[in-house]
Amino acid sequence: MKPKLKLCLQLLLTFMKIGVVTFGGGYAMIPIIENETSKKKKWIEPDDLIDVIALSESTPGPISICAATFIGYKLAGLAGAFCATVGVVLPSFVIIYLISLFLRQFEEIRIVSYAFFGIRAGVLALLIKAVISMFKKSPHNIIAYCIMAGSLIAVAFFSTNVIIVLLSAAVIGLTAALIAKKRGREL
Amino acid sequence: MSVYLLLFLEFFKMGALTFGGGYAMIPFIEETVLSHGWLTTRELVDFIAVSESTPGAFAVNMSTYVGSEVGGLFGSVCATVGLVLPPFILILIIAKCYEKFKQSLIVRGVMLGLKSTVVGLIGATVIKVGYDIFFPFGFDIEVIPYELSSGNFWFIIVVFAVMLFLLLYKKLNPILVIVLSAGAGIAAGYTGLISL
Repeated sequence: MKPKLKLCLQLLLTFMKIGVVTFGGGYAMIPIIENETSKKKKWIEPDDLIDVIALSESTPGPISICAATFIGYKLAGLAGAFCATVGVVLPSFVIIYLISLFLRQFEEIRIVSYAFFGIRAGVLALLIKAVISMFKKSPHNIIAYCIMAGSLIAVAFFSTNVIIVLLSAAVIGLTAALIAKKRGREL
Repeated sequence: MSVYLLLFLEFFKMGALTFGGGYAMIPFIEETVLSHGWLTTRELVDFIAVSESTPGAFAVNMSTYVGSEVGGLFGSVCATVGLVLPPFILILIIAKCYEKFKQSLIVRGVMLGLKSTVVGLIGATVIKVGYDIFFPFGFDIEVIPYELSSGNFWFIIVVFAVMLFLLLYKKLNPILVIVLSAGAGIAAGYTGLISL
């Protein structure tokens, strides 16, 4: 087998494995991606992996997709990026597709409907935890706090379109960064 | 527009515009699926639980699920490909000029705005989902006494408070939170504490 083809196949399989074992997605995936691609396979230096995470944070889309595309590309170009990304998506795609076939009927069973009634309260707690951890990771200055409060009020109470909120926030952040630079200060 | 193209485009938009991963996508997903009538708020909340208990990123799971509900197997392929494509293309472009990208003032400024707004956006989702869960019949002066006197309301308050405590102070795994809440719901259902 050609070395590049072999590498692509390895990328596909490794990222499929990552896709199978990471529950909940998001940052939970990082230690597993690190273990598989850096410690076991030596595909990427630990320092580069930190860059991958930073890059994922400053580009749209799920972290797992960004990491798979980036690592796949670094190793084997476009074909590598494709294989790694397909690999990381495929397991959950198959599982969720199967679930979607029977979830509605499943929810009509009495015991399941009781279970989901309880689960909704638990999910609300999960969402609050997500807000808290996002807050901890976000910038802490007066502009950031104003954007947070403004977007919360705009969406929760005035049903403002989310795209408009995102674009306005990007423009405000950019303006603030440019003004700070003009005055010779760090943001 | 064909439903497949609509699924592809809507999820492409989500893939292109949501930063931060995980739950950062929820506000956007919520707006999209509600505005097309693809799911209700309650179905979305139920699916968050399903997604937490299965592998994979939340946004990818959501796209597969909504795609399948709306357009079957081909629909779920369209939605999932739509979601994955924008980050895939962007990363390919950035991977070539990563150092420049990292130091760019524009990128840093835009990120300041986006990271902050995501906190507010998820906060807004918490308010909307909380409203739907605590006051399923609306926040109307005539139904409030009825809602407050039902076992459902108090059950939700207690489970919510206990789970939040376990998550924040005991660092309980999210899957365990879902299992425990499900167990509480089943117990309360069969003892007649809640009625559906």
